[in-house]
Amino acid sequence: MRKNGRSDRAALLALACVVVGLILANRYLDDYKIRIINLSGIYVTLGLSMNLINGFTGMFSLGHAGFMAIGAYTVGILTMPVQMKEMNFFLQPIVPFLANVEWGFLPALLAAGLVAAVLGIIIGAPVLRLTDDYLAIATLGFAEIIRVVFTNTQSLTNGALGLKGIPNYTNTWWSWGVAFVTIWFVSFLIRGSYGKAFMAIREDEVAARAMGINLFKHKVMSFAFGSFFAGVAGGLLASLLGTIDPNMFRITLTFNILLIVVLGGLGRITGTVISAVIVTVMMEALRFLDESINLGFVEIKGVPGMRMVIFSIILILMVIVGREGFLKRLKGRETSYAEN
Amino acid sequence: MRLAMLRIENLTMKFGGVVACSRFNAEVKKGQIVGLIGPNGAGKTTVFNVVTGVYRPSEGQIFFEPREGERHQLVGLSPDRIAKLGVCRTFQNIRLFGQLSVLDNVFIGNHLRLKSNVFSTVFRLPHYTTEEKEIYEKSMYLLEKIGLQDMKDEKAYSLPYGMQRRLEMARALATDPQLLLLDEPAAGMNPQETQELIQFIQEIKDEFNLTIFLIEHHMEVIMEISERIYVLDHGVLIAEGSPSEVQRNEKVIEAYLGVG
Repeated sequence: MRKNGRSDRAALLALACVVVGLILANRYLDDYKIRIINLSGIYVTLGLSMNLINGFTGMFSLGHAGFMAIGAYTVGILTMPVQMKEMNFFLQPIVPFLANVEWGFLPALLAAGLVAAVLGIIIGAPVLRLTDDYLAIATLGFAEIIRVVFTNTQSLTNGALGLKGIPNYTNTWWSWGVAFVTIWFVSFLIRGSYGKAFMAIREDEVAARAMGINLFKHKVMSFAFGSFFAGVAGGLLASLLGTIDPNMFRITLTFNILLIVVLGGLGRITGTVISAVIVTVMMEALRFLDESINLGFVEIKGVPGMRMVIFSIILILMVIVGREGFLKRLKGRETSYAEN
Repeated sequence: MRLAMLRIENLTMKFGGVVACSRFNAEVKKGQIVGLIGPNGAGKTTVFNVVTGVYRPSEGQIFFEPREGERHQLVGLSPDRIAKLGVCRTFQNIRLFGQLSVLDNVFIGNHLRLKSNVFSTVFRLPHYTTEEKEIYEKSMYLLEKIGLQDMKDEKAYSLPYGMQRRLEMARALATDPQLLLLDEPAAGMNPQETQELIQFIQEIKDEFNLTIFLIEHHMEVIMEISERIYVLDHGVLIAEGSPSEVQRNEKVIEAYLGVG
């Protein structure tokens, strides 16, 4: 119990540092850097919500891009001014019951989370009986279905044209505020009895059931919380970018988040936060690799996409070199078998 | 006449063409310690798995009667429902939550009796924190009982084998069972540890008012603490009775030593 008190103080200290950092950043940094800070906050939320499902509860789910899409479209449609909607939906008018809504950002974000969570429960109910790779394939399929549906529901989502002119409410306070709510929610959830039950399911499903834990109920619960925060993060992203279309929410987006989770450590909160920031910043910092580089005596022609190649190589190296740290959990398990 | 807490009637379990257990009948009375023995592969663990809902039997009935007039059919119930009714077990090949702390393992055993909902645990509402404190105290008490209170923050997988077995029992006790099923609790223990275990089982039985059904290979354990013994061989019940009756039974001797 004393340990909890100490980590609470550490968390407060970190919160204070981030607040001061954000005040300074907003005063001195240019728009481009502010945008990276925003993206970092959003990816913290995304990483944690995926870690809750994959790392803490041990369900290999790859449906995150789908939940983000739901959240993004919910916020987009709910916050967009009425005239803007008319301009966007020129092929087919928007469905009447949404034509005249114009919500504030907070209720729209909450709605985004709730819609994503409800869909998470509806999808999760049949799918969560599967395990491991089967679950991964099913959730991956679900995310693709969402994308295809959104491409074709012209009068609801404006189809492949996407939504343009979503009001830019997202600022550093929103993105990091939500990130901190997520950090707080996940860590308190994990500290309590339900979170421990989630981890028990991850450790041994047979034993967890024998101890009276209703697997289905707890898995759906974890899945719903994860999709809630994924939906909220999707909403933040929509409001940050101002423009969304279904093709943004491809599988690669899910893999970016998975990368954050794996690098930060499955079932680790602090690790996920740090790796979310590092990955987001690196994706931008390596952007110079796409452009031509003049070394004085020779000019290297820029290849678009080069930064992704370099980025992937860095990741591979990090995982190989940092294997001790990243896979410590698995190693520990091996030695315990050896002892027996 | 004591209440028959667990009654297994005509239990048959087939896995494809293999009959793991055939027309098995048994009865465990309230407050008894009943043993289930038999050579390797006799179908003992299968009986436990069926009683706790891991498998659904091909045929047969299982009745659980914790109190006079409250009778549950266990066939068809899920393992978590059965645990909530008050039947808990340990596993032959230890199944702890390896990456979690010793304390958390016992803590999780209490989860099925938790009254607070998930939001009151996240917002740490007063009625949850009170409940959590009670669970913590109960878990610490159980850890003291098995002598692991100083290792409460160690990860469960890092414990030595004997301690893991005891931790599994503490975790099962945390669920407040009426009927405890122990699957080879003395496996891999030396004679001194075995003696301690016998004492421990008797102690918890008295303190928590338990009824115990156990599988065991160590004959000294089973002969010393069981009131009644069932002997399985190739899935068929070959003998039942008091320890001394079973010891003299020729079929039992044959099953264990082979025919000369």
